[in-house]
Amino acid sequence: MLGNTILEMRGISKSFPGVKALDSVDFTLRSGEIHALMGENGAGKSTLIKVIAGAYEKDSGSITLEGAPIHFKAPQEAQNNGIGTVYQEIMLCPNLTVAENMYIGRSHSPIVNWKQMNEQGQRLLASLNIPARATQELSSCSLAVQQMIAIARAVDMDCKILILDEPTSSLDEDEVHTLFALMRELKGRGVGIIFITHFLEQVYEISDRITVLRNGKLVGEYETIALPQIELISKMLGNELDDITGLKKYEPDVSDASVPVFEAIGLSSVAGVRPFDFTIQKGEVNGFAGLLGSGRSESARAIFTADRVTGGEVRMKGKRVKIKTPLNAIQHGIGYLPEDRKGDGIIEDLSVRDNIILTLQVLNGFFKPFSLKQAQEFAEEYIERLNIKTPTADTPIKSLSGGNQQKVILARWLLTHPEYLILDEPTRGIDVGTKVEIQKLVIALAHEGMSVTFISSEIDEMLRTCSRLIVMKDREIVGELRGSQLTESAVMNVIAKGGKK
Amino acid sequence: MAGVNAIKGKTRLSNSNLLFLIAAIIFVLMYLFAIILYPGSFLQFQTFFDLFNLNAPLIIMTLGLCIVMIGGGIDISIGAVCGLVTMACAFFLESGMGSIWGAILISLGIGIIFGVLQGYLIAYLEIQPFIITLSGLFMAQGLLTTLHKDPINVTVPAFVKLRDFDIVINWLGTRNRLGVFIPCEIKPGTIIVAILLVILASLMKWSRFGRNVYAVGGNANSANMLGINVKRTMFTTYVISGLTAGIAGFVYIMTTGAGNVGNAAGAEMKAIASAIIGGTLLNGGVGNLLGAPIGTLTLLVINELIRAAGVQSNFQAMVSGLLLYFFIVLQSIIMSLRDKRGFKMALPPWLSLSGKSQRGR
Amino acid sequence: MMRSLMKRFSHLFLPLSVMALLIIINLVKGADYFRITMVNGAFYGNIPNIFFGASELVILSIGMTLVTAASRGQDISIGESATITSAVFVQYVLQANEVTLLTILVAFLLSSVVGLALGAFNGTLVSIFKVQPMVASLILFTGGRSIAFMIDGKLSPILANDLSNKIGTVIPGIPIQTPIILTVIFIALIAVLFKTTNLRLYVEAVGTNPNAARLNGINPKKVIFLTFLIMGFCSAFAGFIAVNKAGRHDSVNLLKLIMMDAILAVAIGGNSLNGGKFSITGSIIGAYTIEMLNRTLLRLEIEPAMIKVFKAVFIIILMVVASPVVRASITKVVDKVRGKGRGASAAMTVKATGDGEKEE
Repeated sequence: MLGNTILEMRGISKSFPGVKALDSVDFTLRSGEIHALMGENGAGKSTLIKVIAGAYEKDSGSITLEGAPIHFKAPQEAQNNGIGTVYQEIMLCPNLTVAENMYIGRSHSPIVNWKQMNEQGQRLLASLNIPARATQELSSCSLAVQQMIAIARAVDMDCKILILDEPTSSLDEDEVHTLFALMRELKGRGVGIIFITHFLEQVYEISDRITVLRNGKLVGEYETIALPQIELISKMLGNELDDITGLKKYEPDVSDASVPVFEAIGLSSVAGVRPFDFTIQKGEVNGFAGLLGSGRSESARAIFTADRVTGGEVRMKGKRVKIKTPLNAIQHGIGYLPEDRKGDGIIEDLSVRDNIILTLQVLNGFFKPFSLKQAQEFAEEYIERLNIKTPTADTPIKSLSGGNQQKVILARWLLTHPEYLILDEPTRGIDVGTKVEIQKLVIALAHEGMSVTFISSEIDEMLRTCSRLIVMKDREIVGELRGSQLTESAVMNVIAKGGKK
Repeated sequence: MAGVNAIKGKTRLSNSNLLFLIAAIIFVLMYLFAIILYPGSFLQFQTFFDLFNLNAPLIIMTLGLCIVMIGGGIDISIGAVCGLVTMACAFFLESGMGSIWGAILISLGIGIIFGVLQGYLIAYLEIQPFIITLSGLFMAQGLLTTLHKDPINVTVPAFVKLRDFDIVINWLGTRNRLGVFIPCEIKPGTIIVAILLVILASLMKWSRFGRNVYAVGGNANSANMLGINVKRTMFTTYVISGLTAGIAGFVYIMTTGAGNVGNAAGAEMKAIASAIIGGTLLNGGVGNLLGAPIGTLTLLVINELIRAAGVQSNFQAMVSGLLLYFFIVLQSIIMSLRDKRGFKMALPPWLSLSGKSQRGR
Repeated sequence: MMRSLMKRFSHLFLPLSVMALLIIINLVKGADYFRITMVNGAFYGNIPNIFFGASELVILSIGMTLVTAASRGQDISIGESATITSAVFVQYVLQANEVTLLTILVAFLLSSVVGLALGAFNGTLVSIFKVQPMVASLILFTGGRSIAFMIDGKLSPILANDLSNKIGTVIPGIPIQTPIILTVIFIALIAVLFKTTNLRLYVEAVGTNPNAARLNGINPKKVIFLTFLIMGFCSAFAGFIAVNKAGRHDSVNLLKLIMMDAILAVAIGGNSLNGGKFSITGSIIGAYTIEMLNRTLLRLEIEPAMIKVFKAVFIIILMVVASPVVRASITKVVDKVRGKGRGASAAMTVKATGDGEKEE
């Protein structure tokens, strides 16, 4: 069970050009405990663990590991001292095999014994129920499996401290259970686990203590059992606690005669979505519910033709239209906020202003560039309207926090005044304050007549904002819920029962 | 997002192995084609050995270059360094105090110096490899001409003996027109190629360093987080590349017997083409050292076929270009078919100012 | 005001400071560096000669900047493309009975079309077949001069007519040499292109994040293809100037290895070879800087063979000083001296996830 303190950090500060990421933060970890590290955007969680893991050098403060002061200059040193880290981004080499990824960089022997490595690797995979072969090239494994392999590596290194940075983002429920079982096993062995996650339920399910950071400073350290969820949120938000429950949904006027804003018939794409039908009315907010892998994002992408469409037809306001590329979709008034903000959303080197006007500029045409004045006006309008925190409109978007980057992308789409806006996980990986702002915004847009599809892994967000929920399972639609049916248990029921035709 | 991947029936071939296999198949086909068209020359074993004998320097340089490319780097100075080494050796040997061993030391020394300097600037100061090795190319070319403008023929008897030395295989050979059996000859250059090939291929497959190079080429950021000393690994690849350029220089002069300003000029482009044909991708992380000689030989056989077909020397380059085109398109089609899932590999880090590589999704 | 002005031009710091350094070196060598005289009715002197000599390089560097920015790679066949297009130009001029302005114009147009075709060849490989630009252009690099030779039909056809002479040197009555004027016209064309289209935004978006660009309605393939077409036109324009300067078409040596200087110009201009944001002004200054470097080395009477060595050393010193690692160390030292102790270790240690400094 919980043992002595194995890691003690006092007064840790770390700055980057223009930003103080950590301001005199304290943190302790005991052996055999699962310690959740929480905080919103720019709170400093990632920076803190990178300091522990040796990826960053602190500017000031002291770190002691099992009583001895340490100062790591490289990740290798941390690794050698029993600190294993699994990052949110899969820090593996896709061109190497699974076994190599688990063992490379660890052995001091100059010769590689393939047979032994493969056998050992296969045993490790089997012991953790990971469906992969030791001899497979990593790139041929799915993202979820790759993450588990990263964890397997850390686990295998007999670490005293295991740092998991958002390990559950790409895992489905079964995989999360497997991971938690593993974490409890390690806890029993006396490993201290630092666990960063945005999923509040997971924090309450598995962690012993919680440390909350806010704006680079330590807010406090608490026993999980002693901290109710609402208090936790208030600690993370500080003074900006908003009344989330006060949001009032918009119920659109849906009579049988009303023509849907958008209608898809038999739509299918290369991403493996089975042909599906979908309609949405003016001012309606609908959600796609389902477990990971159910095909929600793929459906949204198919509507926008982010993935190549292989069949079906599409109608805008009753008229049949040809939408073959994202440009077509945009021209017909559809907007799409992608799930992968960094890979598909922001253009990191460009300024906030350029990111905001981008799509409208494309709509305008290649030969009609906006003047700087015009572009600046557009940018300033939305910076104010969405409360985007940025030094100037010229600032490169990559310097903004995740939540503000998301707002820039939202601004980009709102500027085009779409009839139908698809938001795929708009609240993922951002601070609670911005999450609330976005949910409020969605409802406001519906009141103004925009149709919105809101996809979120947090079902209560969808229940709060959507007037209709489409449930998906195994890449097909298995149910639809409205009005009084919109409860969490009803959704779970549909998922459990659906699909057995 | 996607659910857990079910284990497929068979582990599919890795990218490196697949490209190598294709390169090997194409080489065999090319060679068969050549035999069919020109049985007179290509059916003889000597022709095959001559490919190695006469082009050993190029193959050696390609070996070193492959290692750098697998790590995600590039070295365009190798041709010029090779040329510099030939002139330096010639100069040294003819100056009267030269010994063969001295010449060998000079070759290795020059190669290592270039490798160390370039490697340091690229790996530790994180300057783009293209520019550094381009400067290296300029420097080597400049030093070469400054050293001695005119060709130097090496007449030192010990050296001449070495140049004329060859290993004779008595049981393999052909009868010439007069009916006399001429056994096959293998020049020392070929032996060196074979030795280096075994050493370096084993290094890449079975040594920790070799696997580190693959890791760095695949995703340098990840490799760093996995505990690999990325800088040291990249530094070493450049030292190896410099070393092979030096060895190639010595083999060059051992074969031709003269130091010349034009020696090995343009060899780096041929080496790059050979490496690509042999299945090493410019992106890094993919490649098989055994592919290097195969790629070089394929390039040479193709050039021979063009020449033998009577194409004028001025147009030979054009036809080479055309064939290179088909090859590159073929490779890219195959790779994109494989990556249907949209997985992207890291861009060559050497295209980036800060050396950052894109993460693979 | 000063601050915003400084911000706008900060990215030109590198090429401008190099140029300043070269000017100082030249002045030390001989105070009459800036002396300008009139020869044959045109300005002559060290500075005018730099503008004259760098004409082709400037044009090619502009094209290279766009290609690099959008497709994150370099086109190494620009010299060979220029050789092919100028071969076409020469052939058309030679078959004309009388060489009039119209002849030249038509010949130039023809060579431009060929240039566009060559650009399309490279562009197709890169945008549709997803081949790395350097690998794709390796093909033309290998075979291009052969093709040019084939068009020539024989060794070095001579281009000796009055108009060519004027294009290559000076139009009587105008004190500025024609190639310089042509370069200025080209730069003006490019400026107009940027003012009237969204090219910059599209190229920078595609070069930074092609996925995101696609999802916003931009077609990355088309944009990349377009940059290669522009590069092809640049090659034709540069070849046109080069062949008229030389008076004959030497398919072996025309603009040989100029891609090296062009890539250098782009890099010295402060552009990232990894694509994304770009500065044409930077590349233009970079091109003139490279030319100045070449001529400075000649003026210092360094042996031609050693010039290469000096050029190499110079570039290395430049790159070392500009490298982020060295800059971080210098900032650290400067900060310590200032006593501010700001966290300047960012560049040294921010390698972890490549996310940039601010995270969630």
